[in-house]
Amino acid sequence: MIRVTNLRVRYGRPKSGREVLHGIDLRIARGEFVGLLGPNGSGKTTLIKALAGLLPAASGRIEIAGTDIRCLSHRERALRLSCVMQRAEVPAGYSVRELVLMGRYAHTGALSGLFSDHGPEDHAAAEAALKDARALDLAERQAAELSGGEVQRVLLARALAQGRELLLLDEAVSALDMARRVEAYDLLATLNTGGSTVLSALHDLNLAALYCPRLVFLKAGAVALDGPTTEIFTETNLRDIYETDIRVAAHPVTGAPQAHLVPGAAAAALG
Amino acid sequence: MMTTGAGGDRADARADDRAGGRAQERDHRSAIRGAKAFWIACICAATLASGVAACGLGSFPSTPAETLRALLQAVGFGVGQPVDPALSVVVVDIRLARVVLAWLTGASLAVAGCVFQGVLRNPLADAFTLGVSGGAAFGASVAILSGLAGHAAFNGLGGGAGLLPLCALAGALLALGAVLALGRAGAGMGGMGGAMRRETLVLAGIVVSTFLSALISLLKSLDEESVASIVFWIMGSFQGRGFEHVRLAWSYMAVGLGLVLWRARELDLLALGEGQARLLGLDAGRSRLWLLIGASLLSGAAVAVSGVIGFVGLVVPHLLRLVVGAGHRTLLPASALLGGLLLLWSDVLARSILPGGAELPVGVVTALIGGPFFCLLLGRSGRMNGRGQS
Repeated sequence: MIRVTNLRVRYGRPKSGREVLHGIDLRIARGEFVGLLGPNGSGKTTLIKALAGLLPAASGRIEIAGTDIRCLSHRERALRLSCVMQRAEVPAGYSVRELVLMGRYAHTGALSGLFSDHGPEDHAAAEAALKDARALDLAERQAAELSGGEVQRVLLARALAQGRELLLLDEAVSALDMARRVEAYDLLATLNTGGSTVLSALHDLNLAALYCPRLVFLKAGAVALDGPTTEIFTETNLRDIYETDIRVAAHPVTGAPQAHLVPGAAAAALG
Repeated sequence: MMTTGAGGDRADARADDRAGGRAQERDHRSAIRGAKAFWIACICAATLASGVAACGLGSFPSTPAETLRALLQAVGFGVGQPVDPALSVVVVDIRLARVVLAWLTGASLAVAGCVFQGVLRNPLADAFTLGVSGGAAFGASVAILSGLAGHAAFNGLGGGAGLLPLCALAGALLALGAVLALGRAGAGMGGMGGAMRRETLVLAGIVVSTFLSALISLLKSLDEESVASIVFWIMGSFQGRGFEHVRLAWSYMAVGLGLVLWRARELDLLALGEGQARLLGLDAGRSRLWLLIGASLLSGAAVAVSGVIGFVGLVVPHLLRLVVGAGHRTLLPASALLGGLLLLWSDVLARSILPGGAELPVGVVTALIGGPFFCLLLGRSGRMNGRGQS
């Protein structure tokens, strides 16, 4: 579904700008649910943005479903993948339903000007997306009045209205409380079972270990670890990547590995 | 049997519930649409009534019945005995032409303002505050004085007058380019990481339009025009405008309006910011370019026939957002209607408020209405910025 080959991304000027990703190789098959982890500044957001076509590759290539993304128009790309970014702005003056319907932009024809209203399938898709993102009760509210957590649910709904084939998420649930986070990830797991491919960048190691069968760790702009959660989510690996003392214990219910911080470990330094 | 029956009932009830919910939602949507349609119908009716009323107002007295008869006669539905030819000239050739031109200009300026605000995501943006009107006026002045667009005096249109709106458009685009470049440079100096601050952009607009109006004054002084006519040009006026000006501008306005309405939904996506718009499949750069060209075409054509008229593009979209919401598929047509209405009445005031048949530039009237409104808006946007930073 996603094939990234030797991807380098720079900020600023194409030749002289600061290089943030130093040759990423990554393959994600159709139907996978992958967690993208790593310390602050490791390049998670940059990788998601490059995959979403918001940042150009300085070198290397990105293929989505077998097509180089440089060959796709904005519309074609939007039909293949949908994305929820962190800290997205919500403009004033729109209702939640209008905002979610904007996710259907790529599906409406080129003549989507003044007179073509959204079709019944657009309204149906928006309705289903609102329902799945547990945002149906917000539908007629003004988007600008929502709390941070509600905004994230609405943005998730918009992404679902846009398409469910491939979902990219960048810290999409960080603003939600624990119960809402679990609810959101339950939803992602359900979508994944239904055939969606999901790549989610997040900080919450334990949430990732609970839901994602496969994890990819970035460190300093390169892939540090990539493999099944049960194999790579170990104390040694996590200590190497986060440079602090971390203990791993089994989750009391599911048995998934869970990381626990040790107070004072950072000050005492490692080893 | 009983259980299946009950289960069936329950399923039926659920289906009914769902259908009920959908019907309710449809009702809600059509209620919203109905409310919007009601407001737009109100503005349309007010426009028609105002148009007729405005044709009857002025220093030359005419009763409402006479006015109506003159108008009907002009469109080929003569009622009763023919009206006095002098009255017919006043009502149709002078007043009706002004009414139509004022309406078209107001509609163009309001839509252009709405587009500038949407594309630049700046509530203070408008053809006037961005210096686009100043640029258009400069382009038109150069065209007139260089003889490119027919001959000299602005009030009498010469042969090549068709070029006038195009020269105004060129001036408008140049000014817009300069303002955006200035705004970006200013933002760079302030260390804003290339993001344009709202006030920086408006400041750049004021610098450019002040500079350009000085240039216009200079050009016109060189051509030995009286200071009064320069003031009229910079403040905007419909004095002495006739149907030839309508014929000159309407096609450019129609093209600009079409260009912008075509992309109404893209304006909604641009309101989300460039990143989100692109994620949803919009080619944000190209969309912005065409929208800015359309808005410049509208302002250029308006300025070419009426001079610089400020604040219409600022007041109208903001008022309407409170009533019809921010969705541009409703906001743009509504802005056109209300903008036309506002300028129509501003012109009536401009030509009837002074005693003895003297006229105010209509730009003075809109500035008197719009100035305080602009202050209000500036205060509110300042408070909003403060909250954003805290």
